[in-house]
Amino acid sequence: MGEAEAEFEPLILAFCCNWCSYAGADLAGTARISYPPNIRIIRVMCSGMVHPALVMDALSKGVDGVLIAGCHPGDCHYTDGNLKTERRFEAMQVMMEDMGIETERLRLEWVSSGEGEKFARVVREMTEQVKKIGPNPFKPR
Amino acid sequence: MPKTSQSARKRTAKPRKRAERRPPRLVPEPPSRLPRPFMPKPIVWKEGEAPRIGVFICHCGVNIGGVVNVPAVVDYAKTLPFVAHSEENIYTCSEAGLASIKEAVKKHGLNRVIVASCTPRTHEPLFRSACQEVGLNKYLFEMANIREQCSWVHSHEPEQATEKAKDIVRMAVARATWLQPQDEPEIDIKDSSLIIGSGIAGLTAALSLANQGFKVYLVEKEPDLGGNLRRLHKLYPTMQDSSEILNPVIEAVKAHKNIQVLTSTNIMDVKGYVGNFLVTASKNGQKTEFDVGTIIVACGSLNYRPPEGLYQYGIYDNVVTQFEMDQLLNKGAIENPDRVVMIQCVGARKGEIRAYEIEAFAMSDTSRILRKILKARKEEGWPYCSRICCMNAIKNAILIKEQSPKTDVIILYSDLRVYKEYEDFYSKARDLEVKFIKFIEEAGPEISETPDKKMLVSVYDMLAGHEVKLTADWVVLSTPLIPHKDSILLARTLKIPLSPDGFLMEAHLKLRPVDTQMDGIFLAGSATGPKDVPESIVSAKAAAARAAILMANKKMRTEAITAVVNPDLCRGCGRCEEVCEFKAIELVEVAPKVVNARVNEISCKGCGTCSVTCPTGAITMKHFTEKQVSAMVEAALTGT
Repeated sequence: MGEAEAEFEPLILAFCCNWCSYAGADLAGTARISYPPNIRIIRVMCSGMVHPALVMDALSKGVDGVLIAGCHPGDCHYTDGNLKTERRFEAMQVMMEDMGIETERLRLEWVSSGEGEKFARVVREMTEQVKKIGPNPFKPR
Repeated sequence: MPKTSQSARKRTAKPRKRAERRPPRLVPEPPSRLPRPFMPKPIVWKEGEAPRIGVFICHCGVNIGGVVNVPAVVDYAKTLPFVAHSEENIYTCSEAGLASIKEAVKKHGLNRVIVASCTPRTHEPLFRSACQEVGLNKYLFEMANIREQCSWVHSHEPEQATEKAKDIVRMAVARATWLQPQDEPEIDIKDSSLIIGSGIAGLTAALSLANQGFKVYLVEKEPDLGGNLRRLHKLYPTMQDSSEILNPVIEAVKAHKNIQVLTSTNIMDVKGYVGNFLVTASKNGQKTEFDVGTIIVACGSLNYRPPEGLYQYGIYDNVVTQFEMDQLLNKGAIENPDRVVMIQCVGARKGEIRAYEIEAFAMSDTSRILRKILKARKEEGWPYCSRICCMNAIKNAILIKEQSPKTDVIILYSDLRVYKEYEDFYSKARDLEVKFIKFIEEAGPEISETPDKKMLVSVYDMLAGHEVKLTADWVVLSTPLIPHKDSILLARTLKIPLSPDGFLMEAHLKLRPVDTQMDGIFLAGSATGPKDVPESIVSAKAAAARAAILMANKKMRTEAITAVVNPDLCRGCGRCEEVCEFKAIELVEVAPKVVNARVNEISCKGCGTCSVTCPTGAITMKHFTEKQVSAMVEAALTGT
């Protein structure tokens, strides 16, 4: 049992905004700060572009975790796209509860273009957390 | 599921406490006089033409190839659907690499190109233009980031890195399958420029642009031109009077027919976008408006004044900053003192922000990051090297020595940075018998008063290995240049990001030194970090050249990533109009009693908020359609 859990490698999707978080992820690379290879980054123009339905769709298809990363409040390239995401995030958590998925599988983080270290830390933490929760029950077997 | 979506949408549409969370509206809005929007053109693409994707995987020398098994990824790419060609390159961005892309497009009839290499943030334009050269629309190009987000961060686990690279390539292929060609709207660039700040950088940029025939508005918040340089007396290393440099420039600026000087003027608001900014400035409460095509921010920096009590500053009159010492020397107020002690890196090691600075921000700005910057500075000081202080101290030391050779001048430092030709300047100070004492950062000098009204500086001399006590007539503190509160607020208005130190941030540390993330806005002088006079002039000329390129071309194409409304699905509810920060979408009566949303392609910045808000799914984002993004999600799930 314990062995099987140790072997579980989660798949985590990250939606990173083009202006801050994607650049932050790049900086983590430039600074050679390593993090677990479980993350797949999808570039979007703004975190406000991430449709809750898209996230729910991904989770219902078996993605183990979803990270939405945007600019810090007040720093959004589009003024307050990230704040809209913050409100949608609450909605998404409600949807997850209704679907019976652990809300900890979804995480919203503010990562600026200068915070490579933070990006790596968030990915590390999230991978740990999702590993603890275990595989997504919706994952097709 | 439909019910959950519905309840979620309700929450999305009516967020709680919306008014409280909403930051002040500082976003550019399109001036009403601009050409009105037009409906997006139908996308021309050949119906029935199946995607033929070419995948080019870059070794980037050993940067990728040293970790990821590139040939394995190439072989894997060949197995993916719609991939017609795949190859590896040592450097895809080299001349040979680009040539091989072009050749393959022609040879294999490719209609989509993927380069798996570094980040699109730096190299996408290069590969896109290579595609354009062979007649492929640049929006049919896609990048897979396997360097910054794979090989560089997983260098210790090459096998997993290779698997991840395969996944990233598969996701890119999935997205590329759905890519469509896009047309970029063309906009006019007005041939006038706004320059904010009239320090040496602002003045130089103004003259440079005006001499090229562009109209320049030079805005200065103070009554006089000249900025920090006006308050300085002698400049290192030539020991010239600052007025010798500054006055001719100021006169030239004032006399120039292309330059309109606006002193005692503050920038209230900047609306619009590259080529068409509408600036609102205010002079004594009187507002003026003008249009410009480009903006150069040269708002400079501030010399840090230590808080009262730091090294007894503000308590005793003979504890002054280098800046004040320069002025005292100018006035002739320093008369043959017995000893002058200078302390380096004051405030940069354990400085404190004055309380009112934080309060001012808390009141005027909603941003957490600003307060975070200031809180960090309060705890850590200004930890960056301010570049100018060492030379400034040496300059004042030499001035004192030349005036009264018997005066003992001692510079206390924990790090001394005299770069490039300033090494000679340092040697000159040593020849004049200026003394340098190294102290340990953690055990800085301590200052007290002697009975005869002099200052007693006690410091641990690291190199001699014992404490020394120095009686001094003057104690001079070398304080750094720090970001100005007003410049931070200006950054908000112009939407320029700030570096962790609080200075305005350039688009790329190495590759785009005077550009900002905002098209048409450039940075000059010490607004981006401490600079001396020659460095400020260089950056001002660079910024002026960058702005001139835009204005000389008169037109430019903007990104095609905008919102598109499907009129068949739109029911005219107006939620998109409500959420749009750029006033780029509005309801229009297209037929009697039929209301549809319409997008202004030029004002639309492509954030995609409206597409998420739309209850019927009528709005899609060009280049980031639901199909394109969800194809990536699905590809991520289909393991190797």
